Amino acid sequence: MAVENNQNLFSALIQLGDDALILSQRLCEWSGHAPTLELDISLSNLALDLVGQATLLLNYAGEVEGTGRNGDTLAYRRDHNEFRNCLIVEQPNGDFGQTVLRHFFYSAYALPMYQGLAKSTDEHLAAIAEKAIKELRYHFEYSSGWVIRLGDGTEESRTRMLKALDWLWRFIDDMFVEDAAWSDLVDANVVPSRKGLREEFDATVLDVLSRAGLELPAQVWPITGGREGRHSEHLSLLLAEMQVLSRAHPEAAW
Amino acid sequence: MSDWPLWEVFVRTSGGLDHRHAGSIHAADAAMAIQNARDTYTRRMEGVSLWVVRSSDITASDPDTSEAMFEPAASKIYRHPTFYSLPDSVDHM
Repeated sequence: MAVENNQNLFSALIQLGDDALILSQRLCEWSGHAPTLELDISLSNLALDLVGQATLLLNYAGEVEGTGRNGDTLAYRRDHNEFRNCLIVEQPNGDFGQTVLRHFFYSAYALPMYQGLAKSTDEHLAAIAEKAIKELRYHFEYSSGWVIRLGDGTEESRTRMLKALDWLWRFIDDMFVEDAAWSDLVDANVVPSRKGLREEFDATVLDVLSRAGLELPAQVWPITGGREGRHSEHLSLLLAEMQVLSRAHPEAAW
Repeated sequence: MSDWPLWEVFVRTSGGLDHRHAGSIHAADAAMAIQNARDTYTRRMEGVSLWVVRSSDITASDPDTSEAMFEPAASKIYRHPTFYSLPDSVDHM
């Protein structure tokens, strides 16, 4: 029993950890480039929260796997097809509007997800989730606040938000893809059902977008595959930058 | 965003202490000012409470009148409560 359960748990932890890690790396690209000094610091703060969550999740994944890998080896020594993050987190930053809209979608998904994880029968995972909830609540407030400001702002900011919505909308379904391993863990009350989170997510999105004066886009053909390791080219470039130092100096310590 | 007004930030570092001036930030309105103040001045656990106030709402004394404002107090040491001896057991005075 233990072995199969461990494989499932490892797979779930990798999905959760990779979401946080890749989104964090994306946000780091804003460092020194954000529209104002205050926003620069705030985006880095979000990134630091996420890399903290990723560290806990991937270290735990390494422990569960039991072959000697840890958070660092999982982050820096895997290739793009071994990553299990959803596609939306690897999408390019675009302008500030696209970055906060991506962050809004992610946190509207992640906040209820981690609230569910906090009730996990796996105590270690529940404790990680408990810590993350406080951070994610702020991420949600921050990003939804900006989506409303920009959507309901000037003609220019509204046009940019519509463009961002157009870009990101097709990646929403991918966040909610649930594989067999995840479903087994749902049955064991280790993780919440992703499908079960969708209704709350849709209501949140509808509420915030309508307060932003942005209409829901028309139904589009969704792009999925992140949970199976089928990623866009954007991930490879992101990983090249993130992993270069560790790959060039594999045993370096500092 | 360059036309965002300036806000002064006051941070209470722990329960029972006063809010103290920490610095200033730019923000479009009060809600954003609190967020920016949080992200700029409390990221290393410096605070448990924040106040922000528009810098333009602060009325300051005029440096040119500081002689008339402040120097007369200098010669009135009898206003200082330094002539009492306090028991050792009284703290925080």
